[in-house]
Amino acid sequence: MNLWEYVVDRWDKLSLQAWLHTSEVVQATLLATLLGVGIGIAVYRSPAGSAIATALASAVLTIPSFALLGLLIPVLGLGVAPSMTVLVLYGLLPIVRNTIVGLSGVNPAIVDAARGIGMSRISVLTRIELALAWPAILAGMRVATQMLMGIAVVVAYAKGPGLGSEVFAGLTRAGSANATNQALAGTIGVVILALVLDGIYLLINRLTTPRGIRD
Amino acid sequence: MTDVTESQESVQPGGAAESTTTGAEITLTNVTKRYPGSKNPAVDDVTMTIPAGKIVILVGPSGCGKTTTMRMINRLIEPTSGTIRIDGEDTQSLNPDKLRRKIGYAIQQAGLFPHFTVAQNIGVVPGLLGWDKKKIADRVDELLDLVGLDVDTFRNRYPRQLSGGQQQRVGVARALAADPPVLLMDEPFGAVDPITRGNLQDELLRLQDELHKTIVFVTHDFDEAVKLGDKIAVLGNSSKILQYDTPEAILANPADDTVAGFVGAGASLKQLTLLRVRDVELRQEAVTVSVDESPAAVREKLANSRHLYALVLDRRNRPSRWVHARDLPRATSLATAGKPLRDMVSTQSTLQDALEAMLAEGGAVPVTGPQGQYAGTIHLETVIDTIQTLREERNDDGAAQEEQ
Repeated sequence: MNLWEYVVDRWDKLSLQAWLHTSEVVQATLLATLLGVGIGIAVYRSPAGSAIATALASAVLTIPSFALLGLLIPVLGLGVAPSMTVLVLYGLLPIVRNTIVGLSGVNPAIVDAARGIGMSRISVLTRIELALAWPAILAGMRVATQMLMGIAVVVAYAKGPGLGSEVFAGLTRAGSANATNQALAGTIGVVILALVLDGIYLLINRLTTPRGIRD
Repeated sequence: MTDVTESQESVQPGGAAESTTTGAEITLTNVTKRYPGSKNPAVDDVTMTIPAGKIVILVGPSGCGKTTTMRMINRLIEPTSGTIRIDGEDTQSLNPDKLRRKIGYAIQQAGLFPHFTVAQNIGVVPGLLGWDKKKIADRVDELLDLVGLDVDTFRNRYPRQLSGGQQQRVGVARALAADPPVLLMDEPFGAVDPITRGNLQDELLRLQDELHKTIVFVTHDFDEAVKLGDKIAVLGNSSKILQYDTPEAILANPADDTVAGFVGAGASLKQLTLLRVRDVELRQEAVTVSVDESPAAVREKLANSRHLYALVLDRRNRPSRWVHARDLPRATSLATAGKPLRDMVSTQSTLQDALEAMLAEGGAVPVTGPQGQYAGTIHLETVIDTIQTLREERNDDGAAQEEQ
């Protein structure tokens, strides 16, 4: 059985895994965005706070994902909980960093004008600052998603959902029938999904960036 | 240049505007701003009254606290002590956001929101005040029209598609959107080229002539202050008021050496921009002849008057040429004899324009009245005497005040 025949034969299972993989990554990205933008808003006014938040988020990235997972399993058990935790933690860095860069890149004169004509703090933040930082935040989300597509494969080790289980199954059965096909199908599937999501990001960027600040 | 003088002319005599004042009086009482950790206060015990419906310019060197003083009026900076009242109401008694919605705010480089269209930028404050969409749209169109931007061309543009001058106009329109009685302007024309700046200044004076807002205008450019201000406050360190008076008074009689230094060289020339030809005496001694008279008749007139030149007026009594006695024997008609006028001024012109014309004409310059008819001539000695007299009057005033 070649790879193509394998994929056609196992399409039901593979497509379900692909869907779970995507769903997991997208949910993790959204959660990381909520957290990351929140952290960014909390610290961007203070240079020290920004430096600390960025350093912490970077520190998470230096922990090998496999090791982090190993540390989390005793606490959170197997399944979705540890997988999601790892993905969200890894997704934080690009989003936190880009949120800080985006917010501190807003021209202070524009913020001053917004305050000066009577916008409340919340309005200034949501209607002006976050709106202007949005392209940067979205770029951070895009990087996070790409990264998480790969990491989601690793977290399948903790019995998380997704194409990672195909890859792991293939690798552990190395030498037996269809083992290579299984690992390859999982890997190529992840690459294709990553490309598709990237395309969707381009579309979102196009649709959500106001014409006045589009490049 | 003509519209400059006209718009300025219509604003300066404040008395007539009083009846239609829509601005509010602003009073600062012992206002101080002290930043923690700095020895000297940024603003030290400032007390001043900004009259309703007037343009008051805060002018001073960089870092003197003029912007801080202005920003305390809309509480972008909270005063450490002292009170600021607008129309008698203590600004501290209001929610700062609500307060600011009633105070127009325009800054350098306009500070337009780049992701909003021109219409959205102008409509922000009415939106905050909860106006309905239709009313906001109408107001936006009205304001674009008011600041001289074509409604259909500009309504849906984004700020980056506008020139610096157009952005400033939108900035002013945004500041005026909710028809606030008070306008704060922080070097609004500082970042545009000199020609555009001149045009924007003229526009502001024209707007003010219609709207009669109380405008607090911060600049470091004394010429701008002279041009725009009904009153100028010259500020020193910690926003100390060195002199607070009309431009005429400051130019004629600077309070001290610092103010004099700030007024700069050419105070007398600047004064000439504030005076009009109609304010000075015109002479009627020039020999005037109608274009239809015969050259021979003019020769006779000139011989009788012992003048060498005659001023030829056209059929509608407008000055058209100078003719010299020696041109007349050869002349067939006064329409072609002599030289055409190089320059003349109207009674609306500033004395600076008149001086310029005198230099070009090489002597006395004919002056025309409102319909262009001949009104007399203006002479260099008249200008010199006027400046002299003004200076003496101001000095007398100053001395009298000091004695009291």
